[in-house]
Amino acid sequence: MSLLDKLDAVAATRKALLPEGIDVFGTPIEEVYSSTEARIGDRRILFLGTNNYLGLTFASECLAAAHSAIDSEGTGTTGSRMANGSYSGHRALEREFADFYHCHSCIVFTTGYQANLATISGLAGAGDVVLIDGDSHASIYDGCRLSGAEIIRFRHNDMVDLEKRLRRLGDRSRSTLIIVEGIYSMLGDRAPLAEIVKLKNAYGSTLLLDEAHSLGVLGKTGQGLVEETGLIDKVDFITGTFSKSLGGIGGYCVSNHPQLDQLRYVSRPYIFTASPTPATIASTRAALKLLHDGIELRQQLWKNVHQLYSRLDDLGYQLGPEPSPVIAIILDTPRQALMLWKGLLDHGIYVNLVLPPAAPDGRSLVRCSVSAVHTSEQMDHVGSAFAELREITFA
Amino acid sequence: MASDYTDVLQKLCHHLKQFCEPDAQITPQTDLIHQLAIDSVKLLNLVMEIEDEFDISVPLNALADVQTVQELANLIHRIKSAQ
Repeated sequence: MSLLDKLDAVAATRKALLPEGIDVFGTPIEEVYSSTEARIGDRRILFLGTNNYLGLTFASECLAAAHSAIDSEGTGTTGSRMANGSYSGHRALEREFADFYHCHSCIVFTTGYQANLATISGLAGAGDVVLIDGDSHASIYDGCRLSGAEIIRFRHNDMVDLEKRLRRLGDRSRSTLIIVEGIYSMLGDRAPLAEIVKLKNAYGSTLLLDEAHSLGVLGKTGQGLVEETGLIDKVDFITGTFSKSLGGIGGYCVSNHPQLDQLRYVSRPYIFTASPTPATIASTRAALKLLHDGIELRQQLWKNVHQLYSRLDDLGYQLGPEPSPVIAIILDTPRQALMLWKGLLDHGIYVNLVLPPAAPDGRSLVRCSVSAVHTSEQMDHVGSAFAELREITFA
Repeated sequence: MASDYTDVLQKLCHHLKQFCEPDAQITPQTDLIHQLAIDSVKLLNLVMEIEDEFDISVPLNALADVQTVQELANLIHRIKSAQ
């Protein structure tokens, strides 16, 4: 099979799964009106799948900071920090993230994907082991591959399985990096962090927690699962993204291990990627402050979460195991998921479609993400649409 | 050693049957992907079952070189023997 034949095979698979004329995985957004509304084709739609948990993409403080940074520092840095230097904004954001987590140090990255790629491949190497949850995000899998370490999966959130695998490693458990997520992006469930910390301590391993979907969402100040559980001092490395609750693009890693700073010299994804733009850094700094102070935003977010989760549960949809800003509707077949996704779009609601092999256990998902700035009327509209689509979906 | 390998192969084939069509012919030379339609997700689920059966952990990296039933049996046998 030639290189191009492989891509033809991908096209054939897509064609078999998806109807003509619907670009499910590249939906054209013509205009964006606000954090929650946009135009697709000639229709005004509600964003219900964009992970904009606090709705900060149009926060006036963030817009002003980004405009000012463009005017003063230009549109880009045109290279990596190793080659082109670290702007004052890069250094300030790293200090602010370290302070936010009460940690020794922080490194910021150009994307959240890169934060995991750079951190994991910088920490682990040939001869080490990375022990990852089976439902881990692709950036974790790819970071592990890049590291050259031995990659072992444990069953999703299954602590018996995690312990079994640590035991099998014997002395190698001490050179093992366990990787879990605060909130898992597919089903919206949390990692059982207290149990994981116990196991990591018992076996002398190192723990990395990805707070991509939990930053801004969990904990009084929005640190994530570490704050909700009071376990921040027990986690070795925390990674996360700017592209969800912070409404920008980028990523970070914080730690109390002073060795974190050495990643700047060994981690290829950090060394060889252009640094975040001044506008991105500036808007993220403003957003981090809003996130830290955003107790009311979090209260509203969780109110919306419980409203939608309860409604969908009452309607009989099979959902992820716990209420969370990621609400996954689990469907048996790709066809059902596609029918529901298309039906929602026809009702002016844009969500995510997740088909095998991306969805766990060979199932299909329609994935919603709830925002603090969704109004009660918008949540009601979503609930009514799901009610109308129930029979069509399961016909 | 040989009997160990035979045991691994037999148990592997037993688990494989649960992931294949009922009439699938499984021999050591059978290609997992092309003949048994074991896709990446099925393979990971199969490996989880095998790991429990033999009390081993199979690194994902090692699966990249596995195409046939025999190659998977060799891998399991190698990991089990190294314990």
